[in-house]
Amino acid sequence: MNMVVCVKRVPDTAESEVHIDASGKDIDKSKLSFGINEADNYAVEEAIQIKERLGGTVNVISVGGKDSDEQIRMALAKGGDEAIRIEDPAMAGSDGFAIAKALAAAIKGMEFDIVFTGALADDDGSAVVGVALAELLGVNHAAYVKKVEILEDGKKIKVGRELEGGLMEFLEMELPAVLTIQTGINEPRYASFKGIKQAAKKEIAIKSLSDLGLDASEVGEAGSWAVLEKFTPPVVGEMAEILTGEPEETAAKLAAILKEKGLV
Amino acid sequence: MLGFQLSEEQKAIQKVAHEFAEKEIRPLAAEYDEEEKFPQGFVEKAFQAGLTYLYVPEEYGGQGMDFLTACLVNEELAWGCCGFATILGANSLGITPILVAGSEEQKRKYLNDLTSRPSLAAMALTEPEAGSDAGAVKSTAVRQGDFYVLNGTKCFISNGGIADLTTVFASTDREAGTRGLSCFIVPKDTPGISGGKKEKKMGVRASVTSEVILDNCRVPAENLVGEENRGFKIAMMTLDKARVSVASNSVGIARAAFEAAVDYAKQRVQFGRPIAEFQAIQFMLADIATDIEAGRLMYMKAAWLETQGLPFTLESAMCKAFCSDMAMRVTTDVVQIFGGYGYMRDYPVEKYMRDAKINQIWDGTNQIQRVVISRAILS
Ligand SMILES: Cc1cc2nc3c(=O)[nH]c(=O)nc-3n(C[C@H](O)[C@H](O)[C@H](O)COP(=O)(O)OP(=O)(O)OC[C@H]3O[C@@H](n4cnc5c(N)ncnc54)[C@H](O)[C@@H]3O)c2cc1C
Ligand SMILES: Cc1cc2nc3c(=O)[nH]c(=O)nc-3n(C[C@H](O)[C@H](O)[C@H](O)COP(=O)(O)OP(=O)(O)OC[C@H]3O[C@@H](n4cnc5c(N)ncnc54)[C@H](O)[C@@H]3O)c2cc1C
Repeated sequence: MNMVVCVKRVPDTAESEVHIDASGKDIDKSKLSFGINEADNYAVEEAIQIKERLGGTVNVISVGGKDSDEQIRMALAKGGDEAIRIEDPAMAGSDGFAIAKALAAAIKGMEFDIVFTGALADDDGSAVVGVALAELLGVNHAAYVKKVEILEDGKKIKVGRELEGGLMEFLEMELPAVLTIQTGINEPRYASFKGIKQAAKKEIAIKSLSDLGLDASEVGEAGSWAVLEKFTPPVVGEMAEILTGEPEETAAKLAAILKEKGLV
Repeated sequence: MLGFQLSEEQKAIQKVAHEFAEKEIRPLAAEYDEEEKFPQGFVEKAFQAGLTYLYVPEEYGGQGMDFLTACLVNEELAWGCCGFATILGANSLGITPILVAGSEEQKRKYLNDLTSRPSLAAMALTEPEAGSDAGAVKSTAVRQGDFYVLNGTKCFISNGGIADLTTVFASTDREAGTRGLSCFIVPKDTPGISGGKKEKKMGVRASVTSEVILDNCRVPAENLVGEENRGFKIAMMTLDKARVSVASNSVGIARAAFEAAVDYAKQRVQFGRPIAEFQAIQFMLADIATDIEAGRLMYMKAAWLETQGLPFTLESAMCKAFCSDMAMRVTTDVVQIFGGYGYMRDYPVEKYMRDAKINQIWDGTNQIQRVVISRAILS
């Protein structure tokens, strides 16, 4: 199995205070720590487990600046073989579609059986890149994948997709394919120090748009379908009913509402 | 030449250790502290993650970290829970005599075995009447043909009674005090070694501390580490390393307490504003942050000296005493910042305070560190 995994470096916003920056189009990331997108961590693990079972290669790709090398190297330390990082000033302002175009241009020339992406990015959370990538590569896809089984001949796979309410949908499809991986599909390993040292010696191929045969107008804001206008903090109170009064009173009101809506 | 930049590899493994501490240790810390039980399955998790036997060279199956990198990892593990970190720390302590003084054959045989699976090791030096005064060890080792026969009782041994291998210090010449000590490798299945009383402790309660009883324990002569009567030197070389680990451990606890205090001070409102707006609290936090910075630099310097093959006994004693006193002060202040809530077990900070205390005692009390330091500066 020759596999490609797309990984994104994202800020960890789960336990930090998030503020909108001066441009109004981004959050202030200066005090945030960064890591691999959570779903991508599972995607890396899935690819490496398949490689360990059936042999093959795992190629790691990321669109991003030099900082993203940290996430790429961690994936290499866990068992990835090769890596590409796409970096070009013209990529700024890209939406998921434009990101998918860049990834597709890099992947097109490779021999691949499966391309893994995460189902959703923790920061922008659009769940677009994987599916758009499949379309651009002209191959099958399945999204929100929580189980992968390679069928005997290695030409087909069976995948389980997680649907609302925990239902699983099983599909068989022919390879090559793009799978967008849902968190929880496996138990991601920790990179060992030996792996980290080996990964430090591997080369990460840096590709610009011209290396990929893309024009600047195909990516960035110009090549995107979605353009970010501004961030606003959620308006407090608009959708919420704020209960006031003494604790006994508010508790009684809350209980009444929950009962009325059939929630308890 | 002076540089404070960690290598990319060091930063990466630090991040891995942090994530491991956050996901595999922190969620269990309170429960295992409260119930004072040994976390079965944890050593296996750490083994699979590549976080056991950190500074054992790769040729003997270890992680092959230089000592500084190992201390950075240790700081993260202690940030997760000092008790859990102690389980792995006692492993390193247990094999260090073999690492510093063992023969090539002993290293190959015993280190390769321990590093190949989830295992435990222990080092048994302390006895009821030989704590700070290690030369007062009463346990004896008497040569009988191809064996040494060990008798005596060791106390307060981390991983004691459950370790797959224990390095035991016993006297081969009672008259000679420290010059009569020898070190032996005692695998778990050796007849005559067993665990005794398991202690109930103030802190590090996830770690087992137990008596180790030697009752006509017959150890093959080839298990003598280094030379007969040279065991004290081996113990001191082992403790030089252990003390820097204790320092990094202390910094980890202090950091965990500090982070909790910063969060709490921003949230807790009294007199109409967050307590973080009172200068008394701000200055405490400022002092804590400064103390932690100083402590980290000290243990990193001592560990760096070790990696350069330079003497580090003095710096090791200094950073051990400084960092553990620092962590005790810091955790006490953090409980103060939490007020009455800090005294309750609903918050982790009283545990940090209980855990911090041990670092002032073991691997040579802080009084003994000062003996080491003052001897060095007055000689
Ligand atoms: C249901 C839905 C509704 C949408 N609605 C709107 C809308 O109303 N208006 C609008 O303008 N847009 C909409 N979008 C599009 C969205 O705003 C953009 O496509 C977005 O910028 C995608 O980027 P993302 O980082 O969120 O990637 P995601 O698609 O969430 O990322 C999924 C995966 O793609 C890979 N990936 C992402 N970035 C990189 C990278 N830099 N390098 C390598 N791999 C990467 C990773 O494997 C990641 O896990 C919608 C999308 C969906 C699915
Ligand atoms: C939880 C725990 C785990 C441990 N794990 C291990 C282990 O794995 N292996 C092992 O071998 N040991 C272990 N120990 C033992 C530990 O190293 C000893 O407790 C320590 O060395 C102190 O010895 P002691 O308790 O006998 O105190 P004592 O030596 O009796 O000291 C009592 C007091 O007198 C002071 N004092 C003693 N001598 C002097 C002096 N010359 N000058 C000034 N003050 C002095 C001490 O500083 C201390 O304040 C552990 C202990 C604990 C509590």
